[in-house]
Amino acid sequence: MADLSTSYLGLKLANPLVASASPISKRIDNVKKLEAAGIGAVVVYSLFEEQINHEQQERDHFLTKATNMHPEALDYFPDLGHYNLEPDQYLAHLSAVKKAVGIPVIGSLNGVTRGGWTEWAHRIEQAGVDALELNLYSIPVNTSATGAGVEAQAVDLVGDVVSKVKIPVAVKLSPYYSSLPNMVRRFGEAGAKAVVLFNRFLQPDLDPENLAVVSTARLSDSGDLAFPLRWTAILHGKVSPEIALSGGVHTGRDLLKSLLAGAQVGQIASEILVNGTDRVREVLRDLGDWMDENEYLSVDQLRGSMSQRKVVDSAAFERAQYMRALVSLDDRFI
Amino acid sequence: MSSESDSKMITVDATEAVAMVAHKTNEVIAIYPITPSTPMGEFSDQWSAQKKPNIWGTVPLVMELQSEGGASGTVHGSLQTGALTTTFTCSQGLLLMIPNMYKIAGELTSTVFHVSARSLAAQGLSIYGDHQDVMAVRQTGWAMLASNSVQEAHDFALISQAATLESRVPFVHFFDGFRTSHEINKILPLSDDQIRQFVPADLVAAHRRRGFSSERPFIRGTAQNPDTYFQGRESSNLFYMAIPGIVQKWMDTFAGLTGRQYRLYDYFGAPDADRVVVLMGSAVETAEETAKALNAKGEKVGVLAVRMFRPFDATLFVNAIPASVKRVAVLDRTKEPGSAGEPLYQDVVTAISELGRSFEIVTAGRYGLSSKEFTPAMAKAVFDDLKSPSPKRHFTVGINDDLTHLSLSYDPSFNVEDAKSVRCLFFGVGSDGTVGANKNSIKIIGEETDNHAQGYFFYDSKKSGGLTVSHLRFGPNPIRAPYLIEHASFVACHAESFLEKVEMLKYAAPGAVFLLNTTWNKDQIWAKLPREVQEQIIGKSLKFYVIDAYQVAKDTGMGNRTNTVMQTCFFAISGVLPADEAIAQIKKAIKKTYGKRGEAVVQQNFLAVDKSVENLFQVSCPGHVTADHSRPNPVPASAPEFIQNVIGPMIAFRGDDLAVSAVPVDGTFPSGTTKYEKRNFALEIPDWDPSICIQCNKCAFVCPHAVIRPKLSTPENLAAAPEGFKHVPAKFFKEYPGTEYVLQVSPEDCTGCGICIEACPARDKTNSSRRAINLVPVQSVLDRDKANWDYFLKLPEVDRTTVVPNNVKNSQLLQPLFEFSGACAGCGETPYVKLLTQMFGDRAHIANATGCSSIYGGNLPTTPYTTNAQGRGPAWSNSLFEDNAEFGLGFRLALDQKEGYAKELLKKFSDVLGDELVTAILEADQKTEKGLAEQRLRVELVKSKLATDTSPGARDLVELAETLVKRSVWILGGDGWAYDIGYGGLDHVLSTGRNVNVLVLDTEVYSNTGGQASKSTPIGAVAKFAATGKGFPKKDLGLIAQAYGYVYVARIAMGANDAQTVRAFQEAEAYDGPSLIIAYSHCIAHGFALERGLEQQKLAVQSGHWPLYRYNPELVVAGNNGFQLDSKEPSIELEKYVYNETRYKMLLAQDKPRAEMLLGQAKAGIASRWTQLQYLAAQNKDAN
Repeated sequence: MADLSTSYLGLKLANPLVASASPISKRIDNVKKLEAAGIGAVVVYSLFEEQINHEQQERDHFLTKATNMHPEALDYFPDLGHYNLEPDQYLAHLSAVKKAVGIPVIGSLNGVTRGGWTEWAHRIEQAGVDALELNLYSIPVNTSATGAGVEAQAVDLVGDVVSKVKIPVAVKLSPYYSSLPNMVRRFGEAGAKAVVLFNRFLQPDLDPENLAVVSTARLSDSGDLAFPLRWTAILHGKVSPEIALSGGVHTGRDLLKSLLAGAQVGQIASEILVNGTDRVREVLRDLGDWMDENEYLSVDQLRGSMSQRKVVDSAAFERAQYMRALVSLDDRFI
Repeated sequence: MSSESDSKMITVDATEAVAMVAHKTNEVIAIYPITPSTPMGEFSDQWSAQKKPNIWGTVPLVMELQSEGGASGTVHGSLQTGALTTTFTCSQGLLLMIPNMYKIAGELTSTVFHVSARSLAAQGLSIYGDHQDVMAVRQTGWAMLASNSVQEAHDFALISQAATLESRVPFVHFFDGFRTSHEINKILPLSDDQIRQFVPADLVAAHRRRGFSSERPFIRGTAQNPDTYFQGRESSNLFYMAIPGIVQKWMDTFAGLTGRQYRLYDYFGAPDADRVVVLMGSAVETAEETAKALNAKGEKVGVLAVRMFRPFDATLFVNAIPASVKRVAVLDRTKEPGSAGEPLYQDVVTAISELGRSFEIVTAGRYGLSSKEFTPAMAKAVFDDLKSPSPKRHFTVGINDDLTHLSLSYDPSFNVEDAKSVRCLFFGVGSDGTVGANKNSIKIIGEETDNHAQGYFFYDSKKSGGLTVSHLRFGPNPIRAPYLIEHASFVACHAESFLEKVEMLKYAAPGAVFLLNTTWNKDQIWAKLPREVQEQIIGKSLKFYVIDAYQVAKDTGMGNRTNTVMQTCFFAISGVLPADEAIAQIKKAIKKTYGKRGEAVVQQNFLAVDKSVENLFQVSCPGHVTADHSRPNPVPASAPEFIQNVIGPMIAFRGDDLAVSAVPVDGTFPSGTTKYEKRNFALEIPDWDPSICIQCNKCAFVCPHAVIRPKLSTPENLAAAPEGFKHVPAKFFKEYPGTEYVLQVSPEDCTGCGICIEACPARDKTNSSRRAINLVPVQSVLDRDKANWDYFLKLPEVDRTTVVPNNVKNSQLLQPLFEFSGACAGCGETPYVKLLTQMFGDRAHIANATGCSSIYGGNLPTTPYTTNAQGRGPAWSNSLFEDNAEFGLGFRLALDQKEGYAKELLKKFSDVLGDELVTAILEADQKTEKGLAEQRLRVELVKSKLATDTSPGARDLVELAETLVKRSVWILGGDGWAYDIGYGGLDHVLSTGRNVNVLVLDTEVYSNTGGQASKSTPIGAVAKFAATGKGFPKKDLGLIAQAYGYVYVARIAMGANDAQTVRAFQEAEAYDGPSLIIAYSHCIAHGFALERGLEQQKLAVQSGHWPLYRYNPELVVAGNNGFQLDSKEPSIELEKYVYNETRYKMLLAQDKPRAEMLLGQAKAGIASRWTQLQYLAAQNKDAN
């Protein structure tokens, strides 16, 4: 039986399959089920910068909006003093999750600007989690913002968050940087111990009947794996942060590919949201079976063995591979 | 004994100061909200919700009842069962308690009712303070203690508690509504140890033992016969005789503990005074300070404060008057028309007579009704009159009585303000946070420095865009000045538009600081000021500063709340505290106030503080007036004389200057006066794009303020239209060929709420964000739309007889006869009221329960119910809160009776009138506007035919003939009335089968008094008295009424189904019997952006929270089932509706498990009710 144990962010994991941040971790019993199914670690759903700031401001706005306007109604709501803001509830939830399971628990903070909200990194640490995943979710829409400026802001933010905690920090990032390898290197220099490739942006959709913009959440499938797989293979061994591959891990084979490309761990969410936590057991079994069949002893042995530096045809991960793909299309359609 | 130096003083108002003691010394508190006593109940509920214990370590049980009558019954029951029990109330609420008060006193039961004394509804309602209510219970057998300040209210709450326990006689502890109840002052709070000494265990045990127990039963509450009732009434005499001694004993004990000595009849002033004024309440301090000033100038005057009014101890009272006194004036803050004198005067005269004291004269004065100011100048006038050769035996002070010439004249420049005090006036807009910031400043200065502080706040009666005036005093000495500031050292105007409306600088002392929030910079502003303002600035050498607080607030993410910015400026230039210390203290206060709401809110406010000072500039003023304009008149020159002379000054906040003869004798005012009060406070207003418009009229339908209106016009009538007047062919109105469609906004009346924009279904094909109406900055269209609106009003209305108002589009062709009310911007109630007036307003009689709808519907200075070109419009009145259904039924009975008599007379005069006319009238079909118009013509014919007939019957018929035109009686009110206090009456009125129409404007909460739970409040919603989320579902008023079988019932939500709304109004009015419409009304008390109100209504229906249905008994008569379900099966999760609103979301933040539990119950309730409704609707098919 192959040894699936590994490490991630300096934490000991029973295997390289990590539940990524998703609504599934909103319920403690789900996290317990994940643990029972053998998950290596769990990233709890994200606390958003907007939640920290806007929720507070919104509540304050509506609690004070109509106060002291009329002699008969100086306010409209009872004032019970302290409010358990969503971020407070998030911290309490993290603590509860940590107490409920024995696997490593990773908190997640999602934001883009520097500011008071990054203090929450420290509070998440105090809630008892083993590591923090910082999700950089940025859609730069300002035409005067330069690429260099956007990048510097992201690196500064990582440094800011890292400076506020003692636990290891992973950075979940977007692929849309001019030079992704450079950015990953800089994140590493700023103190990130791992990068998660990649976050998945919720894409707005249009409702023609109501002429309205609506939000949609599209789940991934195995077909999405190729993109992060390529970058994992390219970056493995070239940058100091560990790599967690996220987006497209649905099967044992997907996880295997992630490891071959060089991922320290693979992150899974859509598969278990759709098909349940028991899929974790099956994914790990399939990985183990493959390793046994192919006589791999450990995931460390496996990891990165097909990264760009270690494949025969290293150009395959660059433009040449693109040419080949087009040719294969031609073969199919002509 | 403790002293001020070793205890922490606090700054609170009297409601909080009193509630602190009441909550500590009681076990059960049964209440009902009524202004201004409501906060006492709210504080108690809040503290109990927070598990704050009383002095016995247990948390008092606080319960809201359905009325004050109910509260007093519950108090009575709790007392009789041996619990220490109290309540808080005033005004009509206290009157509703009178029956129980007799019982409680007759049974010698210990309790204290804390009353923030308030006016009674007479010629008009008033929420403000005087002693009319407490004087109306002086005969009930309760002891009555008056406290005169915030500190005294705190102290007397305890002294009265001790005295009632020992004497067994119940106590009314009262203090002046608003003036004391809502004045913030620095007081020394009583400690638990001190409080404990005033509720001795043996007296508490005795109280409990007097309570019922089936372990040791007895009977109390018997019916008595002539043989013993009289003796029974006399048997308690000894208890009353003991009260003065008991109260004084506890006052002395209190002095020993606190150093604050009180006496039943406290004399202040010269020991050898020749003149004395006797009075009670907050005016005592004013009179005292005036006496001090007069004595310092060599006069010899004094003040005798009556603290114990019942029982009135003649001996102690008379003995408290110095022997030197020759003349006495007794001031009553109440009015008993037709009496020999007001109550205190009569008691004083009786006491003097019985004790054999003689004075040259004892005069009687009335003052201060409805919080009318009582200033040192007025107090001086009373002293001065006493020394005149012939003092007025009966007088008033504070008004100009040019009718009966009772009033004393006074010199308003007389001033006894402490020279060491800083006096500040702030003129703010209701929504800008000025008052909140000032309350914060008082806390900062009062609790963080050695200074004393006082705050009192004036609000106008508008619920949107209204004026607030904050009166703040600070200084090293205790502040004993319970009157408004007239000599301010600092004046701040937080909205520059007020400079055009309010004479604020007349209150500035010479050399004062004047701070203005303005979008003009320091170099531009001078030229923009009206002449009167420039004159005051120059004449008084004011130091003038400006800041653009709007910009600073916007730049720092504070939105339109300029409070923190203006507060910072105040500290920077008022000199109250050193600037650095002040800034540090502001930040500390921000942390304390907003910390619990989150760090982001704190940081945002900090930023605003930092940015304020750097944007504050002093204006260099020229030495002479350069203004090119004066302050405009408050009403147009074309307005009628009464509007010019009476309403105009009231709008301009000069109503205090009106003479008695100017004010109507019986509370009757002309309709339709809001149109004269151009409030001009919207920053953005809708602008119509005819090229996109589909002429659906939905914008006009939903407009809460009737400021956006359509008309159909002939091209000829538009020939003289001003430049830029928009109109297009009325292509969506095929029944009016050749006409032009006009949609016009009244720019000066619009509140900018934006709800019309949300309602507009038409979109620009090339830009989906643009609709047929779009908000634009008001200044960009103001001049154009002012001219257009004036022209629009002159265009003829569409002929009612041609309109079939069976849909939204057509209903809006009818003129609204309810316009420009002072309701909240985006109000969810007023669109229904407006629709009512459009459909039936020219023949409507409206009875309106007290509440939001009576305040925006009938609060002076201007009122929104108006008339059409024929002079017809809604006849509107408000009786009380609790009796509205019965009041409206009275309308119906009177109309029916008069109509019946008129019909009898018609037949009697048929030979004169002709059988054909009489028959036509008697058999007239008045179901349509055409039928109504024809009947009106017939009525006119009757009148003209009988014009010269002088017989009594003919004169009666001419007088009563108008009732032959069908009248539409409407009974309006909120859910507090319909579900709670007025429910019994409503139920009875519906049961009578009479043709009345009830419209319940259901906000699911007591909106007018600030968000208390009603029986309509849904499960899971947070409201006052349901602070942990209401644990029970809302009452289904509709299904209860439907159970009668002969009551028309409709449940509507115009945002969800506007067509059903119109149908419901039509059917309800057409039904010749009782009708009940329950209208979902979004409200500011729900805590969301009201411009999204229509969408919220839709979600309420889609989630199943608010199913739409109609039950029409006429269908039943026709053999069908009358129940029609108008909404579809719930299609969205309840969360999608409720969690848009703070009232639900705050429970999630406070207690998530409970929120989830209640949400689950709510969903289960929706499911089961839907099954029930489906069952009812399914009967239709069987019947058909």
